[in-house]
Amino acid sequence: MPAKTDWARIRDDFPILQECAHGQPLIYFDNAATTQKPPAVLDALRRYYEHDNANVHRGLHELSTRATEAYEGARERVAEYVGAASASEIVFTRGTTESINLVAQSWGGGFLHRGDVILLTEMEHHSNLVPWQLIAARTGARLRFVPVNDDGTLALDQLDALLTGEVKLFAFTHVSNSLGTINPARELCARARAAGVLTLLDAAQSAGHMPLDVRQIGCDFLAFSGHKMCGPTGIGALYARSEILEQMPPWHGGGEMITSVTLEQSSYKKPPHRFEAGTPNIAGAIGLAAAIEYIEGIGREAIFQHDSQLTSYAMQCLADIPGMRLLGPAGERGAIVGFVRENAHPHDLTTFADQHGLALRGGHHCNQPLMRRFGLPGSTRASFYFYNTREEVERMADILRKAARFFA
Amino acid sequence: MNPELEELYQEVILDHSRRPRNFGELTDATVRVHGDNPACGDEIDLAVKFADDGAFEQIKFTGQGCAISQASASMMTQKVKGKTRDDAASMLRAFHDLVTQGGDDEPTMLGDVQLLRGVRKFPQRVKCAMLAWRALEQALEQQNGEATVSTEVET
Repeated sequence: MPAKTDWARIRDDFPILQECAHGQPLIYFDNAATTQKPPAVLDALRRYYEHDNANVHRGLHELSTRATEAYEGARERVAEYVGAASASEIVFTRGTTESINLVAQSWGGGFLHRGDVILLTEMEHHSNLVPWQLIAARTGARLRFVPVNDDGTLALDQLDALLTGEVKLFAFTHVSNSLGTINPARELCARARAAGVLTLLDAAQSAGHMPLDVRQIGCDFLAFSGHKMCGPTGIGALYARSEILEQMPPWHGGGEMITSVTLEQSSYKKPPHRFEAGTPNIAGAIGLAAAIEYIEGIGREAIFQHDSQLTSYAMQCLADIPGMRLLGPAGERGAIVGFVRENAHPHDLTTFADQHGLALRGGHHCNQPLMRRFGLPGSTRASFYFYNTREEVERMADILRKAARFFA
Repeated sequence: MNPELEELYQEVILDHSRRPRNFGELTDATVRVHGDNPACGDEIDLAVKFADDGAFEQIKFTGQGCAISQASASMMTQKVKGKTRDDAASMLRAFHDLVTQGGDDEPTMLGDVQLLRGVRKFPQRVKCAMLAWRALEQALEQQNGEATVSTEVET
């Protein structure tokens, strides 16, 4: 076991947690939407803009060399973080949503045909559903879904029957953003591979929360966002296995992604640059690398343990409130607890909580089909990170107990 | 409890949300309007029967959503029942001003509906209070038939 983590000292890295909301000390439990940023990340952004700012890959001058080295260094850092074989398997994007759209438009546009099937699950965030609807409409491919059980897990007994010959890709979330379910990614990828099907893992809710290794999991694509793991907004990455990425056509055209251009046609760079048209989010990539550095300094296993304990404590406290119904599996889960209470709509609960300084999320969480599956207009969600405390969980329970009485 | 919350969720409002008035179907409606807030999932179905002189002879709604959206619909139907189209249109304008600006001039024509003025301090909840009134606005614009309105314009 590594030395005991000093979580109180780590919490001090986030001065925003000392803010007040509506005159009450802030409790920030909306980490599944976005996390807060430590000074290490803010300093990296500032240092880059103050000392190294220039465009990458083309300026034959000192600053451009520094900017390029920092940007490509960030790519290597991301590759190590997810266990990629090489930095050339990492494409910088704006985040999970853009990563998935890239695969849908480039790989899907290039390789999907009428009658092909994309297998998804009923628990996908809209970002892992709508891009596939768009490309299905364009190519004539069809969508198919792994059902969700009442306890919030996937109906895996049906998976092999769903993985028929027409299925070309199985895209699924690692951790459900409203139920907290952790899907057994390694097992799902192995079963898909056995059926000759490629896999895409949506790691938006897992990349900053648990150890993650693409070669150990065995996925072909992995998408995640920097801002949900202490990084800046507007930066994320796509991992794609090199044999696949090399065959994929460009999706955006412009500078940076070409080798030569005539008025009639162009030839394109190898991956990953083929997929990064225009000036990229250089500072964002550098900030993401700093966030990775920061998270690795704490340790992803330690973060996972901390979050798991806090989440099960929260489930215990919420279950004590009369009439509160928790969504999702009872056992191991991500740092997310969704709940509903009769006679108290999620938006009323969320407004009530907000007025007590408690930041929750209420609504459909970009999960409309899943909410419909459970017959809910929406739910309320508390989501945690390593800087949250048991004391905050207890205060949340007090506030929600008050709300339950108020709306009874 | 802070004063903003007390004002938003007054007892009368909670009472309307728990036991909405004029809730149910209207079989002989002249106009039916479906209204929704896509971002929150609030929905109401408003049914109006206009009298020969154009007045609101009967008005009912069904729906689901937050306390504010359902209470607002309940209070609105009570208020406009029996009123003329012109009166209803004036109330709509007065209500919109009330929940967006507060308005120091007490718009007395609104009666109890004024209790919803607390919403003005919650900008993200204004559309909840407005949903029923947007449906009413649509009902005023059409002579008969069915329509759909949304508080968020979908592109």
